Amino acid sequence: MEIPIHVLVFYLVALVVVGSACIVAFSRNIVHSAFSLLGTFGGVAALYVFLGADFVAAVQVLIYVGGILVLILFAVMLTHRISDIDITNRTVGRIPGLVAGAVFLGILVYAIAGTDWAKAREVAFEPTTAAIGNLFLGEYLLPFQIAAVVLLVALIGAITLSRKEIKE
Amino acid sequence: MESTIQDLIQALIQALLPGAIPVSVGYALAAILVAFAVLSAFVAPLAGVTSWLERRVWARMQSRVGPNRVGPQGILQWLADGVKNIQKEDIIPASADRKLFLLAPYIVFAGFIGAFVVIPFGSWLIPADLNIGILYLLAITSLAVVGILMAGWSSNNKWSLLGGMRSAAQIVSYEIPAGLSVLTVIFLSGTLSMQGIIQAQGWAPQDWFIFYNPFTLVAFFMFFTSALAEGNRTPFDIPEAESELVAGYVTEYSGMRFLFFFFAEWGNLYVIGAITTTLFLGGWQIPATIFGVTMAEHPVAKGVLEFTVFFAKSYLWVLVAMWIRGTLPRVRVDQLMAMCWKYMVPIAFVCLFGTIVLLVIWPDGNPALSLATLGFTVLVIVYFMWRVAYQIMHSRPELYLKPYV
Repeated sequence: MEIPIHVLVFYLVALVVVGSACIVAFSRNIVHSAFSLLGTFGGVAALYVFLGADFVAAVQVLIYVGGILVLILFAVMLTHRISDIDITNRTVGRIPGLVAGAVFLGILVYAIAGTDWAKAREVAFEPTTAAIGNLFLGEYLLPFQIAAVVLLVALIGAITLSRKEIKE
Repeated sequence: MESTIQDLIQALIQALLPGAIPVSVGYALAAILVAFAVLSAFVAPLAGVTSWLERRVWARMQSRVGPNRVGPQGILQWLADGVKNIQKEDIIPASADRKLFLLAPYIVFAGFIGAFVVIPFGSWLIPADLNIGILYLLAITSLAVVGILMAGWSSNNKWSLLGGMRSAAQIVSYEIPAGLSVLTVIFLSGTLSMQGIIQAQGWAPQDWFIFYNPFTLVAFFMFFTSALAEGNRTPFDIPEAESELVAGYVTEYSGMRFLFFFFAEWGNLYVIGAITTTLFLGGWQIPATIFGVTMAEHPVAKGVLEFTVFFAKSYLWVLVAMWIRGTLPRVRVDQLMAMCWKYMVPIAFVCLFGTIVLLVIWPDGNPALSLATLGFTVLVIVYFMWRVAYQIMHSRPELYLKPYV
Protein backbone atom coordinates (compact mmCIF):
# COMPACT_ATOMS: atom_id res chain seq x y z
CA MET A 1 0.00 0.00 0.00
CA GLU A 2 1.33 3.36 -0.95
CA ILE A 3 0.86 6.34 1.30
CA PRO A 4 0.31 9.58 -0.66
CA ILE A 5 2.91 12.18 0.18
CA HIS A 6 0.37 14.78 1.27
CA VAL A 7 -0.84 12.42 3.99
CA LEU A 8 2.74 12.05 5.24
CA VAL A 9 3.19 15.81 5.19
CA PHE A 10 -0.08 16.24 7.04
CA TYR A 11 1.00 13.91 9.84
CA LEU A 12 4.38 15.66 10.00
CA VAL A 13 2.62 19.02 10.38
CA ALA A 14 0.25 17.58 12.98
CA LEU A 15 3.23 16.20 14.88
CA VAL A 16 4.89 19.62 14.87
CA VAL A 17 1.70 21.31 16.11
CA VAL A 18 1.03 18.83 18.90
CA GLY A 19 4.71 18.47 19.85
CA SER A 20 5.33 22.17 20.19
CA ALA A 21 2.02 22.60 22.00
CA CYS A 22 3.25 19.99 24.49
CA ILE A 23 6.48 21.96 24.96
CA VAL A 24 4.40 25.09 25.54
CA ALA A 25 2.43 23.33 28.24
CA PHE A 26 5.13 21.25 29.93
CA SER A 27 8.34 23.25 29.60
CA ARG A 28 9.70 24.55 32.89
CA ASN A 29 11.25 27.49 31.11
CA ILE A 30 8.70 30.16 30.29
CA VAL A 31 10.77 31.56 27.42
CA HIS A 32 11.01 28.10 25.86
CA SER A 33 7.22 27.86 26.15
CA ALA A 34 6.83 31.18 24.40
CA PHE A 35 9.20 30.27 21.57
CA SER A 36 7.50 26.88 21.11
CA LEU A 37 4.37 28.76 20.13
CA LEU A 38 6.22 29.44 16.86
CA GLY A 39 5.83 25.77 15.91
CA THR A 40 2.18 25.70 16.94
CA PHE A 41 1.20 28.86 15.07
CA GLY A 42 3.21 27.93 11.99
CA GLY A 43 1.81 24.40 11.99
CA VAL A 44 -1.75 25.66 12.26
CA ALA A 45 -1.06 27.89 9.25
CA ALA A 46 0.10 24.77 7.37
CA LEU A 47 -3.16 23.02 8.36
CA TYR A 48 -5.08 25.94 6.86
CA VAL A 49 -3.14 25.38 3.64
CA PHE A 50 -4.33 21.76 3.70
CA LEU A 51 -7.89 23.07 3.88
CA GLY A 52 -7.32 25.31 0.86
CA ALA A 53 -7.67 28.46 2.98
CA ASP A 54 -4.74 30.42 1.54
CA PHE A 55 -5.70 33.85 2.84
CA VAL A 56 -6.35 32.60 6.37
CA ALA A 57 -3.03 30.74 6.38
CA ALA A 58 -1.03 33.84 5.44
CA VAL A 59 -2.94 35.98 7.92
CA GLN A 60 -2.36 33.34 10.61
CA VAL A 61 1.41 33.67 10.15
CA LEU A 62 1.26 37.45 9.80
CA ILE A 63 -0.87 38.08 12.89
CA TYR A 64 0.09 35.23 15.19
CA VAL A 65 3.80 34.81 14.45
CA GLY A 66 4.58 38.40 13.49
CA GLY A 67 2.30 40.07 16.02
CA ILE A 68 0.95 38.05 18.91
CA LEU A 69 4.00 35.82 19.43
CA VAL A 70 6.30 38.86 19.45
CA LEU A 71 4.03 40.59 21.96
CA ILE A 72 4.01 37.49 24.18
CA LEU A 73 7.80 37.38 24.00
CA PHE A 74 7.94 41.07 24.87
CA ALA A 75 5.66 40.54 27.83
CA VAL A 76 7.80 37.62 29.03
CA MET A 77 11.09 39.46 28.50
CA LEU A 78 9.96 42.63 30.23
CA THR A 79 9.37 40.74 33.47
CA HIS A 80 11.99 41.68 36.03
CA ARG A 81 13.73 38.34 36.49
CA ILE A 82 14.34 37.77 32.80
CA SER A 83 18.09 38.38 32.93
CA ASP A 84 18.23 35.14 34.93
CA ILE A 85 18.36 32.59 32.13
CA ASP A 86 17.17 29.65 34.26
CA ILE A 87 13.83 31.30 34.91
CA THR A 88 11.15 28.68 35.62
CA ASN A 89 7.45 28.66 36.08
CA ARG A 90 6.45 26.85 39.25
CA THR A 91 3.64 24.38 39.43
CA VAL A 92 0.83 25.79 41.53
CA GLY A 93 -1.40 23.02 42.81
CA ARG A 94 -1.51 19.73 40.97
CA ILE A 95 -5.01 18.66 42.02
CA PRO A 96 -6.88 21.81 40.84
CA GLY A 97 -4.91 21.68 37.62
CA LEU A 98 -5.85 18.07 37.00
CA VAL A 99 -9.51 18.78 37.76
CA ALA A 100 -9.59 21.80 35.46
CA GLY A 101 -7.85 19.81 32.72
CA ALA A 102 -10.27 16.87 33.07
CA VAL A 103 -13.32 19.15 32.92
CA PHE A 104 -11.98 20.90 29.84
CA LEU A 105 -11.14 17.58 28.18
CA GLY A 106 -14.69 16.38 28.88
CA ILE A 107 -16.20 19.49 27.29
CA LEU A 108 -13.96 19.14 24.25
CA VAL A 109 -14.68 15.43 23.76
CA TYR A 110 -18.41 16.10 24.15
CA ALA A 111 -18.28 18.91 21.59
CA ILE A 112 -16.18 16.91 19.11
CA ALA A 113 -18.34 13.80 19.42
CA GLY A 114 -21.57 15.79 19.17
CA THR A 115 -20.60 17.70 16.04
CA ASP A 116 -21.81 16.42 12.71
CA TRP A 117 -18.58 16.79 10.73
CA ALA A 118 -19.40 17.68 7.18
CA LYS A 119 -16.26 16.63 5.38
CA ALA A 120 -15.61 18.02 1.94
CA ARG A 121 -14.57 15.26 -0.43
CA GLU A 122 -12.16 17.40 -2.36
CA VAL A 123 -10.57 20.55 -1.02
CA ALA A 124 -10.86 23.17 -3.74
CA PHE A 125 -7.61 25.10 -4.08
CA GLU A 126 -8.88 28.34 -5.44
CA PRO A 127 -8.48 31.99 -4.43
CA THR A 128 -10.54 32.80 -1.36
CA THR A 129 -9.53 36.40 -0.70
CA ALA A 130 -12.26 38.09 -2.73
CA ALA A 131 -14.95 35.79 -1.31
CA ILE A 132 -13.83 36.54 2.25
CA GLY A 133 -13.89 40.27 1.51
CA ASN A 134 -17.39 40.09 0.03
CA LEU A 135 -18.71 38.14 3.01
CA PHE A 136 -17.11 40.52 5.53
CA LEU A 137 -18.62 43.57 3.88
CA GLY A 138 -21.92 41.88 3.02
CA GLU A 139 -23.51 39.07 4.97
CA TYR A 140 -21.28 39.33 8.06
CA LEU A 141 -20.90 43.09 8.19
CA LEU A 142 -22.38 43.44 11.69
CA PRO A 143 -20.24 40.76 13.42
CA PHE A 144 -17.20 42.18 11.63
CA GLN A 145 -17.90 45.68 12.87
CA ILE A 146 -18.65 44.44 16.41
CA ALA A 147 -15.32 42.59 16.47
CA ALA A 148 -13.57 45.78 15.36
CA VAL A 149 -15.28 47.78 18.12
CA VAL A 150 -14.36 45.14 20.72
CA LEU A 151 -10.72 45.38 19.66
CA LEU A 152 -10.86 49.18 19.88
CA VAL A 153 -12.35 48.97 23.38
CA ALA A 154 -9.60 46.55 24.41
CA LEU A 155 -6.95 48.97 23.09
CA ILE A 156 -8.44 51.93 24.94
CA GLY A 157 -8.73 49.80 28.08
CA ALA A 158 -5.06 48.82 27.85
CA ILE A 159 -4.03 52.46 27.47
CA THR A 160 -6.21 53.50 30.41
CA LEU A 161 -4.67 50.80 32.61
CA SER A 162 -1.08 51.50 31.66
CA ARG A 163 -0.87 55.28 31.37
CA LYS A 164 0.31 57.45 34.21
CA GLU A 165 -1.99 60.21 35.34
CA ILE A 166 -0.13 63.49 35.26
CA LYS A 167 -1.66 65.94 37.72
CA GLU A 168 -0.88 69.64 37.50
CA MET B 1 5.05 27.35 -20.72
CA GLU B 2 3.92 25.92 -17.39
CA SER B 3 2.90 22.57 -18.88
CA THR B 4 6.21 22.35 -20.76
CA ILE B 5 8.13 22.74 -17.51
CA GLN B 6 5.91 20.15 -15.84
CA ASP B 7 6.49 17.72 -18.72
CA LEU B 8 10.21 18.38 -18.42
CA ILE B 9 10.21 17.61 -14.69
CA GLN B 10 8.10 14.51 -15.33
CA ALA B 11 10.53 13.30 -17.98
CA LEU B 12 13.52 13.99 -15.73
CA ILE B 13 11.98 12.07 -12.85
CA GLN B 14 11.18 9.16 -15.16
CA ALA B 15 14.69 9.14 -16.58
CA LEU B 16 16.57 9.41 -13.31
CA LEU B 17 14.41 7.23 -11.07
CA PRO B 18 12.59 4.69 -13.25
CA GLY B 19 9.65 3.42 -11.24
CA ALA B 20 11.60 3.21 -8.02
CA ILE B 21 9.66 5.89 -6.18
CA PRO B 22 6.22 7.43 -6.64
CA VAL B 23 5.96 10.57 -8.75
CA SER B 24 4.83 12.71 -5.81
CA VAL B 25 7.99 11.87 -3.88
CA GLY B 26 9.97 12.62 -7.03
CA TYR B 27 8.30 16.03 -7.22
CA ALA B 28 9.14 16.72 -3.59
CA LEU B 29 12.78 15.74 -4.14
CA ALA B 30 12.94 17.84 -7.31
CA ALA B 31 11.53 20.83 -5.41
CA ILE B 32 14.15 20.45 -2.68
CA LEU B 33 16.93 20.11 -5.28
CA VAL B 34 15.76 23.20 -7.17
CA ALA B 35 15.55 25.19 -3.94
CA PHE B 36 19.07 24.07 -3.08
CA ALA B 37 20.37 25.02 -6.54
CA VAL B 38 18.70 28.45 -6.47
CA LEU B 39 20.09 29.08 -3.00
CA SER B 40 23.66 28.23 -3.96
CA ALA B 41 23.72 29.52 -7.52
CA PHE B 42 21.72 32.71 -7.22
CA VAL B 43 21.00 33.88 -3.68
CA ALA B 44 24.43 33.19 -2.17
CA PRO B 45 26.42 35.00 -4.89
CA LEU B 46 23.84 37.80 -4.84
CA ALA B 47 24.22 38.39 -1.10
CA GLY B 48 27.99 37.90 -1.34
CA VAL B 49 28.55 40.33 -4.19
CA THR B 50 26.22 42.80 -2.49
CA SER B 51 28.37 42.62 0.64
CA TRP B 52 31.50 43.29 -1.40
CA LEU B 53 29.88 46.08 -3.38
CA GLU B 54 28.58 47.71 -0.23
CA ARG B 55 32.07 47.74 1.29
CA ARG B 56 33.56 49.17 -1.92
CA VAL B 57 30.87 51.83 -2.42
CA TRP B 58 31.05 52.78 1.22
CA ALA B 59 34.82 52.99 1.11
CA ARG B 60 34.69 55.33 -1.87
CA MET B 61 32.26 57.58 -0.02
CA GLN B 62 34.63 57.73 2.94
CA SER B 63 37.78 58.28 0.84
CA ARG B 64 39.08 54.79 1.47
CA VAL B 65 39.86 51.98 -0.93
CA GLY B 66 37.93 49.03 0.46
CA PRO B 67 38.58 45.34 -0.19
CA ASN B 68 40.32 45.07 -3.58
CA ARG B 69 42.72 42.14 -3.20
CA VAL B 70 40.79 38.92 -3.85
CA GLY B 71 40.02 38.59 -7.54
CA PRO B 72 39.61 41.52 -9.93
CA GLN B 73 38.76 44.61 -7.85
CA GLY B 74 38.20 42.28 -4.88
CA ILE B 75 34.95 40.87 -6.27
CA LEU B 76 35.71 37.44 -4.77
CA GLN B 77 36.15 38.87 -1.27
CA TRP B 78 32.88 37.28 -0.15
CA LEU B 79 34.18 33.79 -1.02
CA ALA B 80 37.32 34.40 1.02
CA ASP B 81 35.19 35.64 3.92
CA GLY B 82 32.94 32.60 3.65
CA VAL B 83 35.88 30.17 3.69
CA LYS B 84 37.39 32.01 6.63
CA ASN B 85 34.16 31.88 8.61
CA ILE B 86 33.60 28.18 7.91
CA GLN B 87 37.04 27.43 9.32
CA LYS B 88 36.43 29.42 12.47
CA GLU B 89 35.50 27.78 15.75
CA ASP B 90 31.80 27.77 16.47
CA ILE B 91 31.79 29.24 19.96
CA ILE B 92 28.69 28.82 22.10
CA PRO B 93 28.89 30.81 25.34
CA ALA B 94 28.81 28.59 28.42
CA SER B 95 25.89 30.44 29.95
CA ALA B 96 23.85 30.69 26.76
CA ASP B 97 20.61 28.83 26.22
CA ARG B 98 22.16 26.25 23.93
CA LYS B 99 19.13 25.04 21.95
CA LEU B 100 17.68 28.45 21.16
CA PHE B 101 21.15 29.86 20.48
CA LEU B 102 21.74 27.20 17.83
CA LEU B 103 18.25 27.53 16.33
CA ALA B 104 18.05 31.33 15.98
CA PRO B 105 20.17 31.84 12.81
CA TYR B 106 18.11 29.25 10.94
CA ILE B 107 14.83 31.01 11.73
CA VAL B 108 16.17 34.37 10.58
CA PHE B 109 17.50 32.70 7.46
CA ALA B 110 14.25 30.85 6.75
CA GLY B 111 12.32 34.12 6.97
CA PHE B 112 14.68 35.69 4.45
CA ILE B 113 14.94 32.81 1.97
CA GLY B 114 11.18 32.22 2.05
CA ALA B 115 10.71 35.61 0.42
CA PHE B 116 12.29 34.36 -2.81
CA VAL B 117 9.33 32.02 -3.38
CA VAL B 118 7.13 34.83 -4.70
CA ILE B 119 9.63 37.23 -6.28
CA PRO B 120 8.69 37.61 -9.96
CA PHE B 121 11.83 37.84 -12.08
CA GLY B 122 9.91 37.63 -15.35
CA SER B 123 6.46 36.99 -16.79
CA TRP B 124 6.91 33.26 -16.13
CA LEU B 125 10.13 33.23 -14.11
CA ILE B 126 8.63 33.02 -10.64
CA PRO B 127 8.96 30.04 -8.28
CA ALA B 128 5.29 30.17 -7.26
CA ASP B 129 2.75 32.81 -8.27
CA LEU B 130 0.64 32.54 -5.12
CA ASN B 131 -2.63 34.41 -5.36
CA ILE B 132 -1.86 35.84 -1.91
CA GLY B 133 1.72 36.68 -2.94
CA ILE B 134 2.30 40.01 -1.23
CA LEU B 135 0.49 38.89 1.93
CA TYR B 136 2.67 35.78 2.06
CA LEU B 137 5.72 38.02 1.69
CA LEU B 138 4.67 40.24 4.60
CA ALA B 139 3.98 37.12 6.68
CA ILE B 140 7.16 35.19 5.94
CA THR B 141 9.45 38.17 6.51
CA SER B 142 7.92 38.64 9.97
CA LEU B 143 9.49 35.29 10.89
CA ALA B 144 12.84 37.07 11.20
CA VAL B 145 11.60 39.02 14.24
CA VAL B 146 11.17 35.80 16.20
CA GLY B 147 14.66 34.64 15.21
CA ILE B 148 16.19 37.96 16.23
CA LEU B 149 14.44 37.91 19.61
CA MET B 150 15.58 34.31 20.03
CA ALA B 151 19.18 35.23 19.28
CA GLY B 152 19.03 38.23 21.59
CA TRP B 153 17.60 36.36 24.53
CA SER B 154 19.48 33.06 24.26
CA SER B 155 22.90 34.75 24.15
CA ASN B 156 22.43 35.64 27.83
CA ASN B 157 24.11 38.96 27.28
CA LYS B 158 22.61 42.35 28.09
CA TRP B 159 23.76 43.90 24.83
CA SER B 160 22.27 41.05 22.84
CA LEU B 161 18.97 41.24 24.69
CA LEU B 162 18.76 45.02 24.25
CA GLY B 163 19.58 44.66 20.57
CA GLY B 164 16.98 41.96 20.08
CA MET B 165 14.29 43.96 21.89
CA ARG B 166 15.09 47.11 19.93
CA SER B 167 14.99 45.21 16.68
CA ALA B 168 11.68 43.55 17.44
CA ALA B 169 10.06 46.81 18.56
CA GLN B 170 11.31 48.50 15.42
CA ILE B 171 10.19 45.79 13.02
CA VAL B 172 6.74 45.45 14.60
CA SER B 173 6.22 49.23 14.52
CA TYR B 174 7.39 49.78 10.96
CA GLU B 175 5.27 46.91 9.68
CA ILE B 176 2.27 49.23 10.01
CA PRO B 177 3.31 52.02 7.58
CA ALA B 178 4.74 49.35 5.27
CA GLY B 179 1.48 47.40 5.35
CA LEU B 180 -0.59 50.53 4.72
CA SER B 181 1.55 51.47 1.71
CA VAL B 182 1.21 47.94 0.35
CA LEU B 183 -2.55 48.23 0.87
CA THR B 184 -2.56 51.39 -1.27
CA VAL B 185 -1.06 49.40 -4.13
CA ILE B 186 -3.45 46.49 -3.58
CA PHE B 187 -6.38 48.90 -3.94
CA LEU B 188 -4.99 50.02 -7.28
CA SER B 189 -4.27 46.55 -8.64
CA GLY B 190 -7.19 44.70 -7.08
CA THR B 191 -5.11 41.58 -6.48
CA LEU B 192 -2.62 40.21 -3.96
CA SER B 193 -0.69 38.21 -6.54
CA MET B 194 2.77 39.55 -7.34
CA GLN B 195 2.30 38.87 -11.07
CA GLY B 196 -1.16 40.44 -10.95
CA ILE B 197 0.26 43.61 -9.40
CA ILE B 198 2.89 43.84 -12.13
CA GLN B 199 0.39 43.13 -14.89
CA ALA B 200 -1.77 45.98 -13.60
CA GLN B 201 1.11 48.33 -14.43
CA GLY B 202 2.73 49.21 -17.75
CA TRP B 203 6.29 49.48 -18.99
CA ALA B 204 6.26 53.27 -19.28
CA PRO B 205 7.02 55.25 -16.12
CA GLN B 206 3.66 57.06 -16.15
CA ASP B 207 1.94 53.66 -15.96
CA TRP B 208 3.83 52.65 -12.82
CA PHE B 209 2.00 52.75 -9.51
CA ILE B 210 4.60 55.12 -8.04
CA PHE B 211 3.39 57.88 -10.40
CA TYR B 212 -0.28 56.82 -10.37
CA ASN B 213 -1.20 59.86 -8.27
CA PRO B 214 0.62 62.12 -5.79
CA PHE B 215 -0.47 59.91 -2.87
CA THR B 216 1.15 56.80 -4.25
CA LEU B 217 4.37 58.75 -4.75
CA VAL B 218 4.38 59.49 -1.01
CA ALA B 219 3.32 55.90 -0.24
CA PHE B 220 6.37 54.72 -2.16
CA PHE B 221 8.69 56.70 0.11
CA MET B 222 6.78 55.45 3.18
CA PHE B 223 7.22 51.89 1.97
CA PHE B 224 10.91 52.17 1.14
CA THR B 225 11.71 53.87 4.45
CA SER B 226 9.80 51.28 6.48
CA ALA B 227 11.41 48.48 4.49
CA LEU B 228 14.84 49.87 5.36
CA ALA B 229 13.78 50.02 9.01
CA GLU B 230 12.47 46.46 8.91
CA GLY B 231 15.75 45.34 7.36
CA ASN B 232 17.69 46.98 10.24
CA ARG B 233 19.54 49.21 7.79
CA THR B 234 21.19 52.52 8.59
CA PRO B 235 19.82 55.05 9.54
CA PHE B 236 17.65 52.55 11.44
CA ASP B 237 20.36 50.12 12.55
CA ILE B 238 20.07 50.83 16.27
CA PRO B 239 19.63 47.09 17.04
CA GLU B 240 23.31 46.62 16.20
CA ALA B 241 24.55 50.11 16.96
CA GLU B 242 28.28 49.50 17.35
CA SER B 243 28.88 52.49 19.58
CA GLU B 244 26.24 51.39 22.09
CA LEU B 245 25.62 47.66 21.88
CA VAL B 246 28.86 46.11 20.52
CA ALA B 247 26.95 44.27 17.78
CA GLY B 248 23.46 43.92 19.25
CA TYR B 249 21.88 40.51 18.94
CA VAL B 250 24.83 39.02 17.03
CA THR B 251 27.38 39.94 19.73
CA GLU B 252 27.87 36.38 20.96
CA TYR B 253 27.80 34.70 17.57
CA SER B 254 30.94 33.66 15.75
CA GLY B 255 32.00 31.92 12.57
CA MET B 256 29.35 30.67 10.19
CA ARG B 257 26.41 31.41 12.52
CA PHE B 258 27.45 35.05 12.60
CA LEU B 259 27.72 35.03 8.84
CA PHE B 260 24.20 33.61 8.50
CA PHE B 261 22.74 36.74 10.08
CA PHE B 262 24.64 38.98 7.72
CA PHE B 263 23.92 36.78 4.74
CA ALA B 264 20.24 37.31 5.52
CA GLU B 265 20.75 41.05 5.98
CA TRP B 266 22.52 41.59 2.66
CA GLY B 267 20.22 39.28 0.80
CA ASN B 268 17.28 41.06 2.39
CA LEU B 269 18.52 44.27 0.82
CA TYR B 270 17.86 42.79 -2.60
CA VAL B 271 14.47 41.47 -1.45
CA ILE B 272 13.53 45.02 -0.41
CA GLY B 273 14.50 46.29 -3.85
CA ALA B 274 12.58 43.50 -5.56
CA ILE B 275 9.39 44.17 -3.57
CA THR B 276 9.67 47.91 -4.22
CA THR B 277 10.11 47.23 -7.93
CA THR B 278 7.14 44.88 -8.03
CA LEU B 279 4.79 47.15 -6.12
CA PHE B 280 5.68 50.57 -7.46
CA LEU B 281 8.02 50.40 -10.45
CA GLY B 282 6.29 48.15 -12.93
CA GLY B 283 8.34 45.03 -12.21
CA TRP B 284 9.53 43.23 -15.34
CA GLN B 285 7.22 45.09 -17.74
CA ILE B 286 8.81 45.71 -21.15
CA PRO B 287 7.26 47.19 -24.30
CA ALA B 288 5.38 44.72 -26.51
CA THR B 289 7.45 45.79 -29.54
CA ILE B 290 11.00 47.10 -29.41
CA PHE B 291 12.37 48.64 -32.63
CA GLY B 292 9.65 46.94 -34.62
CA VAL B 293 10.40 43.49 -33.15
CA THR B 294 7.38 41.83 -31.56
CA MET B 295 8.68 40.48 -28.27
CA ALA B 296 6.07 37.70 -28.03
CA GLU B 297 7.75 35.99 -31.01
CA HIS B 298 11.07 35.67 -29.19
CA PRO B 299 10.30 34.04 -25.84
CA VAL B 300 13.94 33.59 -24.78
CA ALA B 301 14.96 37.16 -25.61
CA LYS B 302 11.79 38.36 -23.91
CA GLY B 303 12.58 36.38 -20.76
CA VAL B 304 16.19 37.58 -20.65
CA LEU B 305 15.12 41.18 -21.19
CA GLU B 306 12.43 40.97 -18.51
CA PHE B 307 14.89 39.49 -16.03
CA THR B 308 17.44 42.20 -16.86
CA VAL B 309 14.88 44.98 -16.45
CA PHE B 310 13.63 43.59 -13.16
CA PHE B 311 17.11 42.97 -11.80
CA ALA B 312 18.38 46.42 -12.80
CA LYS B 313 15.39 48.16 -11.23
CA SER B 314 15.63 46.21 -7.99
CA TYR B 315 19.40 46.51 -7.73
CA LEU B 316 19.09 50.28 -8.14
CA TRP B 317 17.37 50.32 -4.72
CA VAL B 318 20.19 48.25 -3.24
CA LEU B 319 22.57 50.98 -4.39
CA VAL B 320 20.27 53.67 -2.99
CA ALA B 321 20.26 51.86 0.36
CA MET B 322 24.07 51.81 0.31
CA TRP B 323 24.13 55.50 -0.51
CA ILE B 324 21.75 56.25 2.39
CA ARG B 325 23.90 54.14 4.71
CA GLY B 326 26.99 56.04 3.66
CA THR B 327 25.50 59.49 4.20
CA LEU B 328 22.95 59.50 7.02
CA PRO B 329 23.73 59.25 10.75
CA ARG B 330 21.94 56.76 12.96
CA VAL B 331 18.69 57.89 14.60
CA ARG B 332 18.05 57.61 18.34
CA VAL B 333 15.59 55.08 19.74
CA ASP B 334 13.01 57.69 20.70
CA GLN B 335 13.40 59.47 17.35
CA LEU B 336 12.88 56.17 15.60
CA MET B 337 9.61 55.47 17.39
CA ALA B 338 8.39 59.06 17.10
CA MET B 339 9.07 59.04 13.38
CA CYS B 340 7.10 55.84 12.90
CA TRP B 341 4.06 56.53 15.06
CA LYS B 342 3.77 60.32 14.87
CA TYR B 343 4.62 60.88 11.22
CA MET B 344 4.79 57.78 9.03
CA VAL B 345 1.62 56.02 10.23
CA PRO B 346 -0.60 59.14 9.80
CA ILE B 347 1.00 59.98 6.45
CA ALA B 348 0.48 56.39 5.26
CA PHE B 349 -3.19 56.63 6.29
CA VAL B 350 -3.56 59.91 4.37
CA CYS B 351 -2.03 58.23 1.30
CA LEU B 352 -4.44 55.32 1.62
CA PHE B 353 -7.54 57.52 1.92
CA GLY B 354 -6.34 59.95 -0.73
CA THR B 355 -5.90 57.08 -3.15
CA ILE B 356 -9.36 55.74 -2.29
CA VAL B 357 -10.94 59.15 -2.94
CA LEU B 358 -9.11 59.49 -6.27
CA LEU B 359 -10.18 55.96 -7.19
CA VAL B 360 -13.79 56.94 -6.58
CA ILE B 361 -13.38 60.03 -8.80
CA TRP B 362 -11.39 58.30 -11.57
CA PRO B 363 -11.89 54.52 -11.28
CA ASP B 364 -9.44 53.86 -14.14
CA GLY B 365 -6.84 56.41 -13.14
CA ASN B 366 -6.13 59.78 -14.68
CA PRO B 367 -3.31 59.85 -17.27
CA ALA B 368 -2.85 63.62 -16.90
CA LEU B 369 -2.40 63.31 -13.13
CA SER B 370 0.09 60.44 -13.61
CA LEU B 371 2.06 62.49 -16.12
CA ALA B 372 2.03 65.49 -13.78
CA THR B 373 3.33 63.33 -10.90
CA LEU B 374 6.04 61.92 -13.14
CA GLY B 375 6.97 65.43 -14.30
CA PHE B 376 7.15 66.67 -10.71
CA THR B 377 9.46 63.78 -9.75
CA VAL B 378 11.71 64.42 -12.74
CA LEU B 379 11.86 68.13 -11.81
CA VAL B 380 12.88 67.26 -8.23
CA ILE B 381 15.61 64.92 -9.46
CA VAL B 382 16.91 67.48 -11.95
CA TYR B 383 16.93 70.18 -9.27
CA PHE B 384 18.79 67.85 -6.91
CA MET B 385 21.41 67.08 -9.54
CA TRP B 386 21.76 70.76 -10.39
CA ARG B 387 22.34 71.53 -6.69
CA VAL B 388 24.98 68.83 -6.42
CA ALA B 389 26.68 70.12 -9.54
CA TYR B 390 26.53 73.65 -8.14
CA GLN B 391 28.13 72.51 -4.89
CA ILE B 392 30.89 70.72 -6.73
CA MET B 393 31.55 73.72 -9.00
CA HIS B 394 31.69 76.26 -6.18
CA SER B 395 33.37 74.39 -3.37
CA ARG B 396 36.05 73.15 -5.77
CA PRO B 397 36.78 69.89 -3.97
CA GLU B 398 39.57 67.79 -5.28
CA LEU B 399 37.58 65.25 -7.21
CA TYR B 400 39.27 61.94 -7.54
CA LEU B 401 37.58 60.47 -10.57
CA LYS B 402 39.43 57.19 -10.81
CA PRO B 403 37.05 54.59 -9.38
CA TYR B 404 39.36 51.60 -9.69
CA VAL B 405 42.30 51.32 -7.38
